[in-house]
Amino acid sequence: MRYSDDHVLLHTQRETQISRFRAWVLFLVPLAAILFQVYVPLFFQFLAYLELPLIVTVYFALMRRSPIGGLFVGALVGLAQDSLSKNPLGMFGITKTIIGYVAASVGLRLDVDHPLIRLILGFFFFVFHQFIFWALSRGLLGQSMNFETQRTLVLGLLNAIVAVSLFHFLDKLKERA
Amino acid sequence: METLLSRYRNVTVLLLVIFAQLILLAYQVKNDSDVRLIRVWAVTAVTPLARTLEGARGGTTGFLQNYVVLRDTRSENQKLRSELGKLKLENQFLKTELATADRAKALEAFETHTPSKMVGARVIATAAGGSNTAVFVDRGSTSGVEKGMAVVTPDGIVGKVLAAYPTASQVLLVTDPSFAAGVVSQKNHVRGILKGMGHGTCKVDYVQNEEKVETGEWFYTSGDDRIFPKGMPAGQVTAVRPGGSFLEIAVEPSGLANGLEEVLIILEGVHQEIPEVKAAAAPIYLAPPPPTEGAGAAAQTGPTGGPNANSGLATDADKMREHYKEIGDAQNHKFGDNPPGTKAVDFNLQPKPGEKPGPAPTGAGTASKPVPPAPKTTTSDPASPTQ
Repeated sequence: MRYSDDHVLLHTQRETQISRFRAWVLFLVPLAAILFQVYVPLFFQFLAYLELPLIVTVYFALMRRSPIGGLFVGALVGLAQDSLSKNPLGMFGITKTIIGYVAASVGLRLDVDHPLIRLILGFFFFVFHQFIFWALSRGLLGQSMNFETQRTLVLGLLNAIVAVSLFHFLDKLKERA
Repeated sequence: METLLSRYRNVTVLLLVIFAQLILLAYQVKNDSDVRLIRVWAVTAVTPLARTLEGARGGTTGFLQNYVVLRDTRSENQKLRSELGKLKLENQFLKTELATADRAKALEAFETHTPSKMVGARVIATAAGGSNTAVFVDRGSTSGVEKGMAVVTPDGIVGKVLAAYPTASQVLLVTDPSFAAGVVSQKNHVRGILKGMGHGTCKVDYVQNEEKVETGEWFYTSGDDRIFPKGMPAGQVTAVRPGGSFLEIAVEPSGLANGLEEVLIILEGVHQEIPEVKAAAAPIYLAPPPPTEGAGAAAQTGPTGGPNANSGLATDADKMREHYKEIGDAQNHKFGDNPPGTKAVDFNLQPKPGEKPGPAPTGAGTASKPVPPAPKTTTSDPASPTQ
Protein backbone atom coordinates (compact mmCIF):
# COMPACT_ATOMS: atom_id res chain seq x y z
CA MET A 1 0.00 0.00 0.00
CA ARG A 2 1.37 3.39 -0.95
CA TYR A 3 0.51 6.64 0.74
CA SER A 4 1.11 9.80 -1.12
CA ASP A 5 1.44 13.18 0.53
CA ASP A 6 -2.23 13.79 -0.27
CA HIS A 7 -3.18 11.01 2.10
CA VAL A 8 -0.74 11.85 4.84
CA LEU A 9 -0.81 15.62 4.90
CA LEU A 10 -4.00 17.52 5.65
CA HIS A 11 -5.22 20.19 3.26
CA THR A 12 -8.92 20.64 3.57
CA GLN A 13 -11.07 22.08 6.32
CA ARG A 14 -12.95 18.80 6.55
CA GLU A 15 -9.80 16.90 7.29
CA THR A 16 -8.73 19.23 10.06
CA GLN A 17 -11.97 18.72 11.91
CA ILE A 18 -11.38 18.69 15.64
CA SER A 19 -12.52 15.64 17.55
CA ARG A 20 -14.54 16.37 20.65
CA PHE A 21 -14.91 14.25 23.73
CA ARG A 22 -17.28 14.27 26.65
CA ALA A 23 -15.94 15.65 29.90
CA TRP A 24 -16.05 12.29 31.66
CA VAL A 25 -13.97 10.73 28.92
CA LEU A 26 -11.33 13.45 29.29
CA PHE A 27 -11.27 12.82 33.04
CA LEU A 28 -11.72 9.08 33.37
CA VAL A 29 -9.48 7.84 30.56
CA PRO A 30 -6.28 9.53 31.85
CA LEU A 31 -7.23 8.50 35.40
CA ALA A 32 -7.67 4.90 34.31
CA ALA A 33 -4.34 5.04 32.49
CA ILE A 34 -2.57 6.28 35.62
CA LEU A 35 -4.33 3.72 37.82
CA PHE A 36 -3.35 1.01 35.39
CA GLN A 37 0.27 2.08 35.67
CA VAL A 38 0.30 2.07 39.47
CA TYR A 39 -1.74 -1.06 40.04
CA VAL A 40 -1.39 -3.63 37.26
CA PRO A 41 2.45 -3.95 37.39
CA LEU A 42 2.01 -5.34 40.90
CA PHE A 43 0.91 -8.58 39.27
CA PHE A 44 2.40 -8.29 35.78
CA GLN A 45 5.77 -6.62 36.15
CA PHE A 46 6.49 -6.40 32.43
CA LEU A 47 3.47 -4.11 32.05
CA ALA A 48 5.33 -1.47 34.05
CA TYR A 49 6.98 -0.47 30.79
CA LEU A 50 3.66 0.34 29.19
CA GLU A 51 3.35 4.14 29.23
CA LEU A 52 -0.42 4.38 29.09
CA PRO A 53 -0.52 7.98 30.43
CA LEU A 54 1.74 8.99 27.55
CA ILE A 55 -0.36 7.15 24.98
CA VAL A 56 -3.52 8.82 26.29
CA THR A 57 -1.86 12.24 26.26
CA VAL A 58 -0.71 11.76 22.70
CA TYR A 59 -4.15 10.59 21.64
CA PHE A 60 -6.05 13.54 23.07
CA ALA A 61 -3.48 16.01 21.79
CA LEU A 62 -3.54 14.52 18.29
CA MET A 63 -7.30 14.34 18.11
CA ARG A 64 -8.14 17.73 19.56
CA ARG A 65 -5.54 19.39 17.35
CA SER A 66 -5.10 22.27 19.77
CA PRO A 67 -1.52 22.90 20.93
CA ILE A 68 -2.70 24.75 24.05
CA GLY A 69 -5.24 22.04 24.87
CA GLY A 70 -2.61 19.39 24.23
CA LEU A 71 -0.03 20.97 26.46
CA PHE A 72 -2.54 21.36 29.29
CA VAL A 73 -3.67 17.75 29.00
CA GLY A 74 -0.01 16.74 29.05
CA ALA A 75 0.78 18.94 32.04
CA LEU A 76 -2.14 17.63 34.08
CA VAL A 77 -1.51 13.97 33.28
CA GLY A 78 2.19 14.43 33.90
CA LEU A 79 1.70 16.15 37.25
CA ALA A 80 -0.76 13.47 38.34
CA GLN A 81 1.80 10.87 37.38
CA ASP A 82 4.49 12.80 39.24
CA SER A 83 2.40 12.94 42.37
CA LEU A 84 2.27 9.13 42.43
CA SER A 85 5.91 8.65 41.56
CA LYS A 86 9.13 9.06 43.51
CA ASN A 87 10.26 11.93 41.28
CA PRO A 88 9.95 15.59 42.20
CA LEU A 89 6.74 17.16 40.89
CA GLY A 90 7.29 18.50 37.41
CA MET A 91 9.50 15.88 35.82
CA PHE A 92 6.72 14.05 34.01
CA GLY A 93 4.77 17.31 33.95
CA ILE A 94 7.31 19.14 31.81
CA THR A 95 7.94 16.07 29.66
CA LYS A 96 4.30 15.48 28.87
CA THR A 97 3.64 19.21 28.40
CA ILE A 98 6.15 19.22 25.57
CA ILE A 99 4.79 15.95 24.19
CA GLY A 100 1.22 17.28 24.29
CA TYR A 101 2.21 20.46 22.48
CA VAL A 102 4.23 18.70 19.80
CA ALA A 103 1.57 16.02 19.31
CA ALA A 104 -1.14 18.62 18.81
CA SER A 105 1.05 20.51 16.37
CA VAL A 106 1.68 17.30 14.44
CA GLY A 107 -2.05 16.54 14.52
CA LEU A 108 -2.68 19.79 12.66
CA ARG A 109 -0.52 18.67 9.76
CA LEU A 110 -0.91 14.91 9.49
CA ASP A 111 -3.79 12.53 8.98
CA VAL A 112 -3.62 10.97 12.40
CA ASP A 113 -6.55 8.65 11.75
CA HIS A 114 -4.42 6.30 9.73
CA PRO A 115 -3.07 3.25 11.66
CA LEU A 116 0.40 3.44 10.11
CA ILE A 117 0.76 7.10 10.98
CA ARG A 118 -0.43 6.30 14.49
CA LEU A 119 2.11 3.51 14.81
CA ILE A 120 4.96 5.77 13.74
CA LEU A 121 3.78 8.60 15.97
CA GLY A 122 3.35 6.26 18.92
CA PHE A 123 6.90 5.03 18.48
CA PHE A 124 8.31 8.51 17.94
CA PHE A 125 6.58 10.07 20.94
CA PHE A 126 7.62 7.24 23.27
CA VAL A 127 11.29 7.65 22.32
CA PHE A 128 10.96 11.44 22.48
CA HIS A 129 9.30 11.18 25.90
CA GLN A 130 12.07 8.95 27.27
CA PHE A 131 14.73 11.23 25.86
CA ILE A 132 13.23 14.38 27.38
CA PHE A 133 12.84 12.66 30.74
CA TRP A 134 16.41 11.42 30.60
CA ALA A 135 17.69 14.88 29.66
CA LEU A 136 15.71 16.51 32.47
CA SER A 137 16.93 13.93 35.00
CA ARG A 138 20.52 14.59 34.07
CA GLY A 139 20.21 18.33 33.56
CA LEU A 140 17.91 19.36 36.36
CA LEU A 141 18.31 16.66 38.98
CA GLY A 142 21.92 15.72 38.26
CA GLN A 143 21.11 12.03 38.15
CA SER A 144 23.66 9.87 36.37
CA MET A 145 21.19 7.90 34.28
CA ASN A 146 22.14 6.09 31.11
CA PHE A 147 19.97 6.41 28.04
CA GLU A 148 19.44 2.80 27.04
CA THR A 149 18.87 3.25 23.33
CA GLN A 150 18.24 -0.35 22.37
CA ARG A 151 15.80 -0.93 25.21
CA THR A 152 14.01 2.33 24.50
CA LEU A 153 13.58 1.45 20.83
CA VAL A 154 12.13 -1.96 21.63
CA LEU A 155 9.80 -0.56 24.26
CA GLY A 156 8.87 2.22 21.84
CA LEU A 157 7.76 -0.34 19.30
CA LEU A 158 5.72 -2.27 21.86
CA ASN A 159 4.10 0.91 23.15
CA ALA A 160 3.35 1.98 19.58
CA ILE A 161 1.55 -1.30 18.90
CA VAL A 162 -0.50 -0.89 22.07
CA ALA A 163 -1.14 2.74 21.14
CA VAL A 164 -2.66 1.81 17.77
CA SER A 165 -5.08 -0.61 19.46
CA LEU A 166 -5.92 1.83 22.22
CA PHE A 167 -6.45 4.69 19.75
CA HIS A 168 -8.90 2.50 17.88
CA PHE A 169 -10.83 1.89 21.09
CA LEU A 170 -10.72 5.55 22.12
CA ASP A 171 -12.05 6.57 18.70
CA LYS A 172 -15.34 5.03 19.76
CA LEU A 173 -15.56 7.47 22.66
CA LYS A 174 -15.47 10.48 20.35
CA GLU A 175 -18.49 12.73 20.43
CA ARG A 176 -20.44 12.46 17.21
CA ALA A 177 -21.29 15.69 15.41
CA MET B 1 4.20 43.44 22.35
CA GLU B 2 0.60 42.40 22.64
CA THR B 3 0.53 41.55 18.95
CA LEU B 4 3.68 39.53 19.31
CA LEU B 5 2.24 37.52 22.20
CA SER B 6 -1.03 36.89 20.40
CA ARG B 7 0.84 35.89 17.29
CA TYR B 8 2.95 33.40 19.21
CA ARG B 9 0.23 32.53 21.64
CA ASN B 10 0.79 28.77 21.60
CA VAL B 11 4.51 28.97 22.14
CA THR B 12 4.04 31.60 24.85
CA VAL B 13 1.61 29.42 26.76
CA LEU B 14 3.93 26.44 26.35
CA LEU B 15 6.86 28.39 27.74
CA LEU B 16 4.79 29.74 30.61
CA VAL B 17 3.55 26.27 31.63
CA ILE B 18 7.05 24.82 31.40
CA PHE B 19 8.46 27.76 33.33
CA ALA B 20 5.88 27.31 36.09
CA GLN B 21 6.80 23.67 36.42
CA LEU B 22 10.48 24.51 36.40
CA ILE B 23 9.87 26.87 39.33
CA LEU B 24 7.99 24.06 41.10
CA LEU B 25 10.83 21.67 40.42
CA ALA B 26 13.50 24.16 41.48
CA TYR B 27 11.65 24.83 44.73
CA GLN B 28 11.65 21.12 45.58
CA VAL B 29 15.26 20.54 44.61
CA LYS B 30 16.57 23.71 46.25
CA ASN B 31 14.76 23.23 49.55
CA ASP B 32 14.98 19.45 49.44
CA SER B 33 11.30 19.43 50.27
CA ASP B 34 8.16 18.21 48.65
CA VAL B 35 4.94 19.87 47.53
CA ARG B 36 3.15 17.71 49.99
CA LEU B 37 -0.37 18.93 49.42
CA ILE B 38 -0.55 17.77 45.81
CA ARG B 39 0.87 14.38 46.64
CA VAL B 40 -1.44 13.93 49.63
CA TRP B 41 -4.43 14.68 47.42
CA ALA B 42 -3.28 12.32 44.72
CA VAL B 43 -2.39 9.47 47.06
CA THR B 44 -5.51 9.89 49.16
CA ALA B 45 -7.60 9.83 46.00
CA VAL B 46 -5.91 6.77 44.57
CA THR B 47 -5.55 4.66 47.75
CA PRO B 48 -9.25 3.79 48.18
CA LEU B 49 -9.45 2.91 44.49
CA ALA B 50 -6.39 0.71 44.75
CA ARG B 51 -7.76 -0.97 47.86
CA THR B 52 -11.09 -1.58 46.14
CA LEU B 53 -9.33 -2.96 43.08
CA GLU B 54 -7.21 -5.23 45.26
CA GLY B 55 -10.29 -6.52 47.06
CA ALA B 56 -12.17 -7.03 43.82
CA ARG B 57 -9.20 -8.79 42.28
CA GLY B 58 -9.00 -11.27 45.15
CA GLY B 59 -12.70 -12.04 44.93
CA THR B 60 -12.83 -12.19 41.16
CA THR B 61 -9.75 -14.40 40.87
CA GLY B 62 -11.17 -16.91 43.31
CA PHE B 63 -14.57 -16.86 41.64
CA LEU B 64 -13.21 -17.26 38.12
CA GLN B 65 -10.86 -20.06 39.09
CA ASN B 66 -13.62 -21.99 40.74
CA TYR B 67 -16.03 -21.28 37.90
CA VAL B 68 -13.63 -22.73 35.36
CA VAL B 69 -13.14 -25.77 37.54
CA LEU B 70 -16.91 -26.27 37.80
CA ARG B 71 -17.41 -25.98 34.06
CA ASP B 72 -14.75 -28.58 33.32
CA THR B 73 -16.23 -30.95 35.83
CA ARG B 74 -19.75 -30.55 34.46
CA SER B 75 -18.69 -31.68 31.04
CA GLU B 76 -17.08 -34.72 32.57
CA ASN B 77 -19.78 -35.92 34.92
CA GLN B 78 -22.98 -34.16 35.81
CA LYS B 79 -23.52 -36.03 38.99
CA LEU B 80 -20.09 -35.47 40.44
CA ARG B 81 -19.90 -31.91 39.26
CA SER B 82 -21.50 -30.22 42.18
CA GLU B 83 -19.74 -32.37 44.75
CA LEU B 84 -16.36 -32.01 43.14
CA GLY B 85 -16.84 -28.33 42.57
CA LYS B 86 -17.86 -27.86 46.12
CA LEU B 87 -14.83 -29.71 47.37
CA LYS B 88 -12.51 -27.79 45.08
CA LEU B 89 -14.13 -24.56 46.07
CA GLU B 90 -13.63 -25.47 49.68
CA ASN B 91 -10.10 -26.64 49.00
CA GLN B 92 -9.27 -23.47 47.16
CA PHE B 93 -10.77 -21.41 49.91
CA LEU B 94 -8.83 -23.30 52.55
CA LYS B 95 -5.63 -23.07 50.58
CA THR B 96 -6.06 -19.35 50.22
CA GLU B 97 -6.88 -19.07 53.89
CA LEU B 98 -3.90 -21.22 54.78
CA ALA B 99 -1.55 -19.25 52.59
CA THR B 100 -2.82 -16.02 54.06
CA ALA B 101 -2.61 -17.44 57.55
CA ASP B 102 0.92 -18.75 56.90
CA ARG B 103 2.09 -15.39 55.67
CA ALA B 104 0.39 -13.63 58.53
CA LYS B 105 1.76 -16.19 60.97
CA ALA B 106 5.28 -15.81 59.60
CA LEU B 107 5.06 -12.05 59.87
CA GLU B 108 3.58 -12.31 63.35
CA ALA B 109 6.28 -14.73 64.48
CA PHE B 110 8.96 -12.51 63.05
CA GLU B 111 7.38 -9.49 64.67
CA THR B 112 7.25 -11.28 68.03
CA HIS B 113 10.82 -12.51 67.94
CA THR B 114 12.28 -9.26 66.73
CA PRO B 115 12.81 -6.68 69.44
CA SER B 116 12.00 -3.80 67.07
CA LYS B 117 8.51 -2.35 67.18
CA MET B 118 6.80 -2.93 63.85
CA VAL B 119 3.53 -2.52 62.04
CA GLY B 120 2.31 -4.80 59.26
CA ALA B 121 1.33 -3.34 55.88
CA ARG B 122 0.07 -4.58 52.54
CA VAL B 123 1.42 -3.50 49.16
CA ILE B 124 -1.43 -1.90 47.20
CA ALA B 125 0.21 -0.23 44.21
CA THR B 126 3.46 0.57 42.46
CA ALA B 127 4.68 4.10 41.92
CA ALA B 128 3.94 5.68 38.56
CA GLY B 129 6.71 6.06 36.04
CA GLY B 130 7.45 2.53 34.98
CA SER B 131 10.58 2.11 37.07
CA ASN B 132 8.93 -0.47 39.36
CA THR B 133 11.30 0.35 42.21
CA ALA B 134 8.83 2.07 44.51
CA VAL B 135 5.51 0.83 45.88
CA PHE B 136 2.64 2.08 47.97
CA VAL B 137 1.60 0.31 51.18
CA ASP B 138 -1.70 0.71 52.98
CA ARG B 139 -0.27 2.15 56.20
CA GLY B 140 0.30 5.85 56.57
CA SER B 141 0.97 8.54 59.10
CA THR B 142 -2.24 7.68 60.97
CA SER B 143 -0.64 4.30 61.79
CA GLY B 144 2.50 5.97 63.06
CA VAL B 145 4.52 5.60 59.87
CA GLU B 146 7.04 8.35 59.19
CA LYS B 147 9.37 9.22 56.36
CA GLY B 148 12.66 7.35 56.55
CA MET B 149 11.42 4.31 58.43
CA ALA B 150 12.76 0.91 57.46
CA VAL B 151 10.55 -1.62 55.66
CA VAL B 152 11.40 -5.31 56.04
CA THR B 153 10.07 -8.85 55.69
CA PRO B 154 11.18 -11.91 57.63
CA ASP B 155 13.48 -12.66 54.68
CA GLY B 156 15.31 -9.35 54.75
CA ILE B 157 15.17 -5.65 54.15
CA VAL B 158 12.74 -4.34 51.54
CA GLY B 159 13.29 -0.59 51.44
CA LYS B 160 12.56 2.58 53.29
CA VAL B 161 9.57 4.90 53.55
CA LEU B 162 10.01 7.69 51.04
CA ALA B 163 6.87 9.59 52.02
CA ALA B 164 4.11 8.97 54.53
CA TYR B 165 0.59 10.11 53.71
CA PRO B 166 -2.44 9.77 55.97
CA THR B 167 -3.75 6.54 54.46
CA ALA B 168 -0.74 5.18 52.63
CA SER B 169 3.04 5.39 52.37
CA GLN B 170 5.44 5.30 49.47
CA VAL B 171 8.28 2.83 49.90
CA LEU B 172 11.53 3.06 47.96
CA LEU B 173 12.69 -0.48 47.26
CA VAL B 174 16.26 -1.69 47.74
CA THR B 175 16.51 -2.18 43.98
CA ASP B 176 16.15 1.54 43.24
CA PRO B 177 19.42 3.19 42.14
CA SER B 178 18.92 5.99 44.67
CA PHE B 179 18.59 3.54 47.57
CA ALA B 180 21.53 3.11 49.94
CA ALA B 181 22.02 1.26 53.24
CA GLY B 182 25.01 0.40 55.36
CA VAL B 183 25.80 -3.31 55.35
CA VAL B 184 28.40 -5.64 56.78
CA SER B 185 29.38 -9.10 55.58
CA GLN B 186 28.66 -12.02 57.87
CA LYS B 187 31.94 -13.88 57.59
CA ASN B 188 34.70 -11.30 57.45
CA HIS B 189 32.71 -8.30 58.73
CA VAL B 190 33.52 -6.23 55.67
CA ARG B 191 31.56 -2.98 55.63
CA GLY B 192 30.04 -1.44 52.52
CA ILE B 193 27.06 0.41 51.09
CA LEU B 194 24.18 -1.55 49.58
CA LYS B 195 22.82 0.16 46.47
CA GLY B 196 20.06 -0.73 44.03
CA MET B 197 20.78 -1.40 40.39
CA GLY B 198 17.29 -0.68 39.06
CA HIS B 199 16.79 -4.15 37.63
CA GLY B 200 15.94 -6.35 40.58
CA THR B 201 19.49 -6.75 41.85
CA CYS B 202 21.75 -4.76 44.15
CA LYS B 203 25.44 -4.13 44.60
CA VAL B 204 27.64 -3.47 47.59
CA ASP B 205 29.85 -0.48 46.96
CA TYR B 206 32.94 1.02 48.61
CA VAL B 207 34.57 -2.27 49.57
CA GLN B 208 38.31 -2.15 48.97
CA ASN B 209 39.81 -4.65 46.53
CA GLU B 210 41.99 -5.99 49.35
CA GLU B 211 38.96 -7.04 51.43
CA LYS B 212 37.79 -10.62 51.30
CA VAL B 213 34.21 -11.23 50.20
CA GLU B 214 33.06 -14.60 48.95
CA THR B 215 30.24 -15.65 46.67
CA GLY B 216 27.34 -16.98 48.69
CA GLU B 217 28.26 -14.89 51.70
CA TRP B 218 25.48 -12.95 53.42
CA PHE B 219 25.38 -9.23 54.04
CA TYR B 220 23.53 -7.85 57.05
CA THR B 221 22.58 -4.30 57.89
CA SER B 222 25.26 -2.58 59.92
CA GLY B 223 23.00 0.01 61.55
CA ASP B 224 25.34 2.79 60.48
CA ASP B 225 22.72 4.45 58.29
CA ARG B 226 20.39 5.01 61.26
CA ILE B 227 17.51 3.62 59.19
CA PHE B 228 17.85 -0.14 59.40
CA PRO B 229 18.62 -1.72 62.76
CA LYS B 230 21.82 -3.73 62.82
CA GLY B 231 21.56 -7.43 62.09
CA MET B 232 18.78 -7.61 59.48
CA PRO B 233 19.54 -9.77 56.42
CA ALA B 234 20.19 -7.64 53.34
CA GLY B 235 21.10 -10.16 50.68
CA GLN B 236 23.41 -12.86 49.44
CA VAL B 237 26.45 -12.29 47.27
CA THR B 238 25.99 -13.71 43.78
CA ALA B 239 29.21 -12.48 42.19
CA VAL B 240 32.44 -10.76 43.23
CA ARG B 241 35.15 -9.34 41.02
CA PRO B 242 37.84 -6.71 41.49
CA GLY B 243 37.04 -3.26 40.14
CA GLY B 244 38.99 -0.02 39.71
CA SER B 245 39.55 0.69 43.37
CA PHE B 246 36.60 -1.11 44.91
CA LEU B 247 35.26 -4.61 44.60
CA GLU B 248 32.25 -5.10 42.36
CA ILE B 249 29.90 -7.15 44.50
CA ALA B 250 26.52 -8.23 43.11
CA VAL B 251 23.93 -9.04 45.74
CA GLU B 252 20.50 -10.60 45.43
CA PRO B 253 18.23 -8.82 47.90
CA SER B 254 16.66 -11.41 50.16
CA GLY B 255 13.67 -9.28 51.17
CA LEU B 256 12.21 -9.34 47.66
CA ALA B 257 13.02 -12.96 46.92
CA ASN B 258 9.55 -14.31 47.72
CA GLY B 259 7.50 -11.57 46.14
CA LEU B 260 6.14 -8.52 47.84
CA GLU B 261 2.67 -8.63 49.31
CA GLU B 262 2.92 -8.02 53.03
CA VAL B 263 5.70 -6.09 54.68
CA LEU B 264 6.61 -4.80 58.12
CA ILE B 265 7.44 -1.18 58.81
CA ILE B 266 9.86 -0.70 61.70
CA LEU B 267 8.49 2.02 63.94
CA GLU B 268 11.20 1.71 66.59
CA GLY B 269 14.30 -0.18 65.56
CA VAL B 270 16.41 -2.21 67.97
CA HIS B 271 19.88 -3.30 66.92
CA GLN B 272 20.63 -7.02 66.96
CA GLU B 273 23.76 -9.10 66.73
CA ILE B 274 24.83 -10.41 63.36
CA PRO B 275 24.68 -14.21 63.51
CA GLU B 276 28.08 -15.89 63.36
CA VAL B 277 28.92 -18.26 60.57
CA LYS B 278 28.55 -21.80 61.86
CA ALA B 279 31.65 -23.97 61.48
CA ALA B 280 31.25 -27.31 59.83
CA ALA B 281 30.14 -29.63 62.62
CA ALA B 282 30.40 -32.86 60.65
CA PRO B 283 33.21 -35.18 61.83
CA ILE B 284 36.13 -35.46 59.46
CA TYR B 285 37.35 -38.94 58.59
CA LEU B 286 41.09 -39.53 58.92
CA ALA B 287 42.57 -42.57 57.25
CA PRO B 288 45.13 -44.61 59.23
CA PRO B 289 48.78 -43.69 58.59
CA PRO B 290 50.70 -45.73 56.01
CA PRO B 291 52.69 -48.69 57.34
CA THR B 292 56.39 -48.04 57.89
CA GLU B 293 59.42 -50.25 58.25
CA GLY B 294 59.87 -51.59 61.75
CA ALA B 295 56.49 -50.34 62.76
CA GLY B 296 56.06 -53.27 65.13
CA ALA B 297 59.22 -52.50 67.06
CA ALA B 298 58.50 -48.84 67.09
CA ALA B 299 55.10 -49.52 68.50
CA GLN B 300 56.78 -51.05 71.50
CA THR B 301 58.97 -48.05 72.16
CA GLY B 302 56.70 -45.27 71.00
CA PRO B 303 56.08 -42.35 73.27
CA THR B 304 52.50 -43.26 73.76
CA GLY B 305 52.80 -46.89 73.14
CA GLY B 306 50.25 -46.61 70.39
CA PRO B 307 50.55 -47.91 66.89
CA ASN B 308 51.33 -44.44 65.58
CA ALA B 309 54.41 -44.10 67.71
CA ASN B 310 57.63 -43.41 65.84
CA SER B 311 55.88 -43.77 62.55
CA GLY B 312 57.23 -42.38 59.35
CA LEU B 313 55.04 -39.34 59.80
CA ALA B 314 56.90 -38.23 62.98
CA THR B 315 58.14 -34.65 62.98
CA ASP B 316 61.53 -33.39 64.12
CA ALA B 317 59.97 -32.47 67.46
CA ASP B 318 58.66 -36.02 67.81
CA LYS B 319 62.09 -37.44 67.06
CA MET B 320 63.69 -35.10 69.57
CA ARG B 321 61.17 -36.08 72.22
CA GLU B 322 61.77 -39.75 71.48
CA HIS B 323 65.53 -39.22 71.73
CA TYR B 324 65.23 -37.49 75.12
CA LYS B 325 62.90 -40.20 76.36
CA GLU B 326 65.44 -42.88 75.47
CA ILE B 327 68.13 -40.93 77.32
CA GLY B 328 65.84 -40.63 80.31
CA ASP B 329 64.93 -44.33 80.22
CA ALA B 330 68.59 -45.33 79.98
CA GLN B 331 69.27 -43.40 83.20
CA ASN B 332 66.05 -44.52 84.89
CA HIS B 333 64.81 -41.00 84.86
CA LYS B 334 61.21 -40.14 84.50
CA PHE B 335 60.69 -36.71 83.09
CA GLY B 336 58.33 -34.56 85.09
CA ASP B 337 59.04 -36.44 88.32
CA ASN B 338 62.03 -34.67 89.83
CA PRO B 339 61.98 -34.68 93.62
CA PRO B 340 64.73 -32.63 95.32
CA GLY B 341 68.07 -34.36 95.22
CA THR B 342 67.40 -36.21 92.00
CA LYS B 343 70.39 -36.44 89.79
CA ALA B 344 70.13 -34.52 86.62
CA VAL B 345 69.93 -36.40 83.37
CA ASP B 346 73.07 -36.55 81.31
CA PHE B 347 71.92 -35.52 77.90
CA ASN B 348 75.35 -36.22 76.43
CA LEU B 349 74.90 -39.91 77.06
CA GLN B 350 74.05 -41.69 73.87
CA PRO B 351 72.01 -44.82 74.65
CA LYS B 352 72.75 -47.82 72.47
CA PRO B 353 69.90 -49.23 70.51
CA GLY B 354 68.10 -51.94 72.44
CA GLU B 355 69.85 -51.06 75.68
CA LYS B 356 67.84 -51.89 78.76
CA PRO B 357 67.63 -49.27 81.41
CA GLY B 358 70.06 -50.06 84.21
CA PRO B 359 69.62 -49.41 87.89
CA ALA B 360 69.58 -45.83 88.90
CA PRO B 361 73.02 -44.65 89.79
CA THR B 362 73.24 -43.76 93.44
CA GLY B 363 75.37 -40.75 93.48
CA ALA B 364 74.93 -39.42 96.98
CA GLY B 365 78.26 -37.78 96.91
CA THR B 366 77.89 -36.54 93.40
CA ALA B 367 77.64 -32.87 93.08
CA SER B 368 74.27 -31.91 91.93
CA LYS B 369 74.23 -30.08 88.66
CA PRO B 370 71.64 -27.56 87.66
CA VAL B 371 68.68 -29.37 86.29
CA PRO B 372 67.86 -28.35 82.74
CA PRO B 373 64.25 -27.72 81.94
CA ALA B 374 62.90 -31.16 81.30
CA PRO B 375 60.81 -31.60 78.19
CA LYS B 376 57.25 -32.04 79.22
CA THR B 377 55.80 -35.27 78.00
CA THR B 378 52.21 -35.48 77.21
CA THR B 379 49.98 -38.41 76.70
CA SER B 380 47.57 -36.56 74.58
CA ASP B 381 48.37 -37.36 71.03
CA PRO B 382 45.75 -35.81 68.77
CA ALA B 383 46.55 -38.19 65.99
CA SER B 384 46.33 -41.20 68.21
CA PRO B 385 43.21 -43.29 67.73
CA THR B 386 43.31 -44.14 71.43
CA GLN B 387 42.21 -40.62 72.28
